[in-house]
Amino acid sequence: MNEPVSVPETAARLRVRPKGLLRRLAAQWEVQSMIWPGIIFIILFSYIPMWGITIAFKEYDIFQGVSGSPWVGLRQFRMFFGSPDFAMIMKNTIVIAFLKLVVIFPAPVALALMLNEVRHSAYKRLVQTLTYLPHFISWVIVSGLVFSILSVENGSLNMMLQKLGLIRQPVNWLSLPEYFYAILISSGVWKEIGFSSIVYLAAIVGVNPHLYEAAAIDGAGRLRQIFSVTLPTIAPVITIFFILQIGNLLNAGFEDILAITNGGKNTILREVSEVIDTYVYNVGVNQMRYSFATAAGLFKSLINVLLLWGANSLARKAGGSSLW
Amino acid sequence: MVRYRKLTLEDRLIDAIVYTALFVLSLLSLYPFWNAFVLSLNSGADTSLGGITVWPRVFTVDNYNVVLSDPRFFKALGISVARTVCGTVAAIFFTALLAYGLSRKDTIGRNYYMLAAVFTMYFHGGLIPTYLWLRELGLFNNFWVLFVPWIISVWNMIVFRTFFQGLPDGLEESARIDGCSTYGLFFRIVVPLSGPVIATLSLFQAVFFWNEWFASGIYINEATLLPVQNYLMNMINSNSAQEMISQLSGVPGGVGDMVTRTITPKSLQMTALMVVSLPIIIVYPFVQKFFVKGVMIGSLKE
Repeated sequence: MNEPVSVPETAARLRVRPKGLLRRLAAQWEVQSMIWPGIIFIILFSYIPMWGITIAFKEYDIFQGVSGSPWVGLRQFRMFFGSPDFAMIMKNTIVIAFLKLVVIFPAPVALALMLNEVRHSAYKRLVQTLTYLPHFISWVIVSGLVFSILSVENGSLNMMLQKLGLIRQPVNWLSLPEYFYAILISSGVWKEIGFSSIVYLAAIVGVNPHLYEAAAIDGAGRLRQIFSVTLPTIAPVITIFFILQIGNLLNAGFEDILAITNGGKNTILREVSEVIDTYVYNVGVNQMRYSFATAAGLFKSLINVLLLWGANSLARKAGGSSLW
Repeated sequence: MVRYRKLTLEDRLIDAIVYTALFVLSLLSLYPFWNAFVLSLNSGADTSLGGITVWPRVFTVDNYNVVLSDPRFFKALGISVARTVCGTVAAIFFTALLAYGLSRKDTIGRNYYMLAAVFTMYFHGGLIPTYLWLRELGLFNNFWVLFVPWIISVWNMIVFRTFFQGLPDGLEESARIDGCSTYGLFFRIVVPLSGPVIATLSLFQAVFFWNEWFASGIYINEATLLPVQNYLMNMINSNSAQEMISQLSGVPGGVGDMVTRTITPKSLQMTALMVVSLPIIIVYPFVQKFFVKGVMIGSLKE
């Protein structure tokens, strides 16, 4: 309390808080007017839809709007959990999410480690250029390419397998549910492996070169150096992305699944391809059961938040990196 | 990485595996595009005999003639170009402005604004509430719906903000002494210094607006307002390629004759697909250097 206060410090305090909040805001109206358009867009397109989530606890009536519709408590959720589709959707969501976690997530790490071993920079650049490209193409185009390559009549895959003598008749890959996951996951890897590897490459650049020398002197070969120097150094980055991925776990897929199932019209594949997000779209937009679909979507978001929180505290306990 | 010692057996083995794996991966990345390109340049009737992989057998540009003579395709192309240009300009302008406001340490409430923005990265209303709200706003079947909801990207805002915060403080002070206003500071000093980050984020935004197809598909029913991705989606997934052929083949002479001779739905689909991806494939190699740097700005903090 009685600590001596130096003169300049008092002066600084006086300068910072001379007037009321409104006066101070008015004094910096320029900077505030730069911020407000952006904040208004965020309120309009993020916060107002967030308030719209309340219809998950209502029976949405088009004429009454969000606020006027009657409350029904948890009825929509009970209907969702009790619906005959629930088990199928959850199974598909979890299977696809798990496959993405074990295949699509590590793939770019492996690519970055391999790219780091390339000493010819022209070759490295060429590989990077070609593998980054699919990231910039829409899922509509990717699905068009997938349909073309897998086509029964003249698709390249059937032609190749027949030439190699592995199959006698062309296979209709896209109408057989047992191949759906393989198609979905491999097209996912194909599209994103290159681009996702950029952050890992950026992390590898930060590895101290002395560590490699020290390891080499200690007799470590190339493989040993990859696993004992490179990989541990980029581990924090991998952890962060893994946590983020866990927080997205139930977003098992949407655009990709929709595109590969002809915008959801391929009903043969529904048993293996319908996940929570595509279900929300089908039930909400196509069947106009707005409250029910919102409840299903909210259920997914809540599980995702829980998973993110869990993964983060686990990572922190393990002594690694965490998001917060 | 430079290594001065002699190559051991292990080195050679690893080199062989890595170089081969990367070669195969590159081929796999390229082949689907190349194959689609070849199919678009091959006579459709011949393609259906099978065997077209890396080179056209019966070369033709008929497929391009047919796709490029479809007025609906041009309409869709126009919508996509307008959406990409308006969307990118608006998004970069408002996002950079917001980021600059939030990058200044003396801005009142900057932490609250920041928190409000970042929160939306982790939690949002979801498909249905957004859908109902945009309908209430009267944005259905409206050109604005194609870009206005995406004007602020919080991720881009953070990248901008990180970059702005890295600019030297002295610049601002000297401009202040010269009597520069905050807007003057932003447009005359900050923007000219932000070339690389503006270019990178503009590229990402442009690619996003060019590629987006889901929202435009649900918010727009009128065929004349649909962007090119939705045109392509219809071509691939419904019978519209077949319909186009039967419509055109009734027309005698010119395009009609071509169609009866050689065109198939698949050749039309691959051609439309090539035309829609072409802008990206052409621009992409030139901007690649830029965006790799941009991603680094985004992921590495000063």
